[in-house]
Amino acid sequence: MFANLDLQQLILGRFTIEQIPYHEPILQATFAGVAVVGLAVLGVITYFRFWGPLWRDWVTSIDHKKIGIMYCIFALIMLLRGFADALLMRSQQAVAFGSEQGFLPPHHYDQIFTAHGMIMIFFVAMPFVTGLMNFAVPLQIGARDVAFPFLNNFSFWMTVAGGILVMVSLFVGEFSRATWLAYPPLSGAAMSPGVGVDYYIWALQIAGIGTLLSGINLIATIVKMRAPGMTMMKLPIFVWSSLCTNILIVAAFPILTAVLAMLSLDRYVGTHFFTNDLGGNAMLYFNLIWIWGHPEVYILILPAFGVFSEITSTFCGKRLFGYTSMVYALVVITILAYLVWLHHFFTMGSGADVNSFFGITTMIISIPTGAKIFNWMFTMYRGRIRFEVPMLWVVAFIVTFVIGGMTGVLLAVPPADFVLHNSLFLIAHFHNVIIGGVLFGMFAGVTFWFPKAFGFKLDEFWGKVALVFWVTGFYVAFMPLYVLGLMGVTRRMQHFDDPSLQIWFVIAAIGAALIACGIASQIVMFVVSIRNRDKLRDLTGDPWGGRTLEWSTSSPPPDYNFAFTPVVHDSDAWWDMKNRGFDRPLKGYRPIHMPKNTAAGAILAALNFTFGLAMVWYVWWLAALTFVAIFVVAIAHTFNYNRDYYIPADVVSRTEGQRTRELEMA
Amino acid sequence: MMHAETAPPGAAAPVFYQTDEEGHHSEGSTMLGFWLYLMSDCLIFATLFATYGVLGRSYAAGPTPKELFDLPGIAVNTAMLLFSSITYGFAMLEMDRDRVKQTQIWLAVTGLFGVAFVALEIREFVHLFHEGAPPWRSAFLSSFYTLVSTHGLHVSMGILWLVVLMVQVGKRGLIVANKRRLMCLSMFWHFLDLIWIGVFTVVYLMGVLE
Amino acid sequence: MSADAHRLTGHGQDTHDTHAHSEGGHGSFQSYMTGFVLSVILTVIPFWLVMGNVLDNSLVTSLVILALGGVQMVVHVVYFLHMSTKSEGGWTFMALIFTITLVVIMLAGSVWVMYHLNHNMMPMDAHDVMNNAR
Repeated sequence: MFANLDLQQLILGRFTIEQIPYHEPILQATFAGVAVVGLAVLGVITYFRFWGPLWRDWVTSIDHKKIGIMYCIFALIMLLRGFADALLMRSQQAVAFGSEQGFLPPHHYDQIFTAHGMIMIFFVAMPFVTGLMNFAVPLQIGARDVAFPFLNNFSFWMTVAGGILVMVSLFVGEFSRATWLAYPPLSGAAMSPGVGVDYYIWALQIAGIGTLLSGINLIATIVKMRAPGMTMMKLPIFVWSSLCTNILIVAAFPILTAVLAMLSLDRYVGTHFFTNDLGGNAMLYFNLIWIWGHPEVYILILPAFGVFSEITSTFCGKRLFGYTSMVYALVVITILAYLVWLHHFFTMGSGADVNSFFGITTMIISIPTGAKIFNWMFTMYRGRIRFEVPMLWVVAFIVTFVIGGMTGVLLAVPPADFVLHNSLFLIAHFHNVIIGGVLFGMFAGVTFWFPKAFGFKLDEFWGKVALVFWVTGFYVAFMPLYVLGLMGVTRRMQHFDDPSLQIWFVIAAIGAALIACGIASQIVMFVVSIRNRDKLRDLTGDPWGGRTLEWSTSSPPPDYNFAFTPVVHDSDAWWDMKNRGFDRPLKGYRPIHMPKNTAAGAILAALNFTFGLAMVWYVWWLAALTFVAIFVVAIAHTFNYNRDYYIPADVVSRTEGQRTRELEMA
Repeated sequence: MMHAETAPPGAAAPVFYQTDEEGHHSEGSTMLGFWLYLMSDCLIFATLFATYGVLGRSYAAGPTPKELFDLPGIAVNTAMLLFSSITYGFAMLEMDRDRVKQTQIWLAVTGLFGVAFVALEIREFVHLFHEGAPPWRSAFLSSFYTLVSTHGLHVSMGILWLVVLMVQVGKRGLIVANKRRLMCLSMFWHFLDLIWIGVFTVVYLMGVLE
Repeated sequence: MSADAHRLTGHGQDTHDTHAHSEGGHGSFQSYMTGFVLSVILTVIPFWLVMGNVLDNSLVTSLVILALGGVQMVVHVVYFLHMSTKSEGGWTFMALIFTITLVVIMLAGSVWVMYHLNHNMMPMDAHDVMNNAR
């Protein structure tokens, strides 16, 4: 590019034009698709003159409701990317037998499974979970926002920055081939000298800051901002599960940060934490990363448990059975999550004593989860069950998750794990619990809270169609993998020699196609629901006969959530209010103190993204510049003491008057 | 439709909305939030300590702690940090008495002790480099440098924060927001001194013992 | 760095923080000096023990200085950080206990696990053979 190579390296780091994969047909097609869709989106925004509102009301918003919605939208978009990777893998594995090499050489296939895992965990499941918690928790505790609204905005954009960094790797350079956890020595400088692992590391470090701050934010919110009368044991159970989840986040993500920092020191500076020489120990990486990794999976599942608890009690018209034991189960899981990590590497050779200890603790941790399953079933028993879409997801969850949980307990037995570790049985197990548990929970939560967020329900027919496709698709896609795993087939294989295995992979591919239909149905569901929103409108704010405080507000709630802070007397506070009769205050409104919107979060995240990109490509001048800029902007932001304003009383009065009219119309 | 204002206890309808003036104090969340951040920082250090615990004897036939560590120098460093902790404490006492100038003085002294600490640490690292003990020589050295300099970087961030706060206190005085920030920095500063106890005990003293 | 907008129930601003921080506790000159003096003592002793090679047994010395370090950490937490079981309704204390528990699990667990993993690795050179024989 430049005549002088040194000058080129100084300015562009290790980037060269060859790093853009313009001779890969799959990537060409992907780029074309992304470009078309991207331009279409930009065009639509421009056509509807939406740029102003987009910036003012969404990008700079510190409103937990908007941020929660944006997290969920981001998660759904990334789900499409992660699922595309899954389709590619299923297709490859369905055809690549014997002399047929398939269409994805190992170099490409390895990037796909790495990206699939990493994106699904960090940029689908985590944002989804964070989004629901962000949206619902302040409403459920009767608060007006989270404890640190600016940090909330910042956290969101940092997560997006990390996601964009991963997406950029599709078209500029390549992605990591070292698996979703980047195990050394494969991920070290010697064996992966390219940009891939660096993209991975910086995406996670940037997103990780967002996640950690979000965790601190929600704990402080739940502890400090509850409505008067809402003692801990009167918290909605979703809030309890959010509290435990965020405790896990704050207590686990620093470990990931430190370990990835050490890996990047190995790569950038040449240290010897995890190298093969000069005293390094790759096994230490496994040990440390799984001390993070196991709490991580509980971070994913606990909010889903919370969602299921809320939905079950609402759609069975009954108080949740065994509230106290549910709380204890959550707390016990939170603590035990730190005592099981070695079950992820039973086969690495720590010996029988160590393996037995962790095998036992792993089996113990399944007990509180089992208690929760029974409590949900006891809640359903003798309830007046309404099998609307959220409740259908609950039923699908209970059956599917229990199967996945049982295979987990099977894997907890070290001798069994010696046969099944890193086989397709393991893959089937964790997809079983993540799809059946986390994803079904997220779909249920979205369906449940969508009317609260947008003022109209989702189309029921397409919701059911999507569910049927997802559930059957899941079983068809993953039950064959259990069989294959028991037969000894290893994970992460791009090609197989034994043609007798092929039929199972073909069935699995069909399952993936069914899931694709499920996703397509969900897209249709959103489009149809938006088109028919007037027919699906809910004016009451309480379309399901809810039990918790968010259903006492309008749909969508006003910016300030509650004109007057609710006073709580019992758990299921809204149910209590409805049963005992309450009078909604119609006068005496006061100005409400609210935080201002700010661009600082988005700007800082953009700077972080640029810093990450510069570090990936060794563009040191840009890295230094953005690093300094981050500090300057952050410090400048602290000089802004003027961060709030008051909503005038007459605006509140008008908004509440509108609410009164809607209630009369409903 | 009637609306219920504050009903006295034991009256007919329970109160479901707080319509009266000062029913409930919502205390600030900042102190708790910052404490939670410190707990997360604790875990970063725990990871680095665990790493040092595992790799700390992997000398790779290279330099060992006994050959490298200058305990008297570390004692001086420890004193710098401990003094800075007490001087920050004095700054807080002056802050409680709303005395801006005295607060600033003690903050400045704290900053100087902090700078001395960081300077001495950098000097130590430069010396180690010259002794043929850079971070890439062995796993022991990698974990040593990372643990110690992570602490040192935190102290440096603290100094930067302190300077910014001094400017902000200079401009706006000891308003509530600034007091809150000074209290957060106080927690941060003492927490770093606490971590240093772990560092000098586990890395320096025990390193020389073997 | 700290977000200002946490009092979102629309009540008065400035008074609350002074309430909050008096509940959090702050020291007196007395308590800071006590903490300081204790810290000095608890620092000097370990340095003296090691630099002077006072106890001939390095294992015992290690345990003693670890214990003294632990005590000094408590001194810092009590006298400098003003930790009490009451601040923030007990939540800061609970967070501390939980964090300490995890730190202990991480440190002990990592050392235990890594010791076993290393022990079961094939010896690579004479040094490893010697270590394995221990």
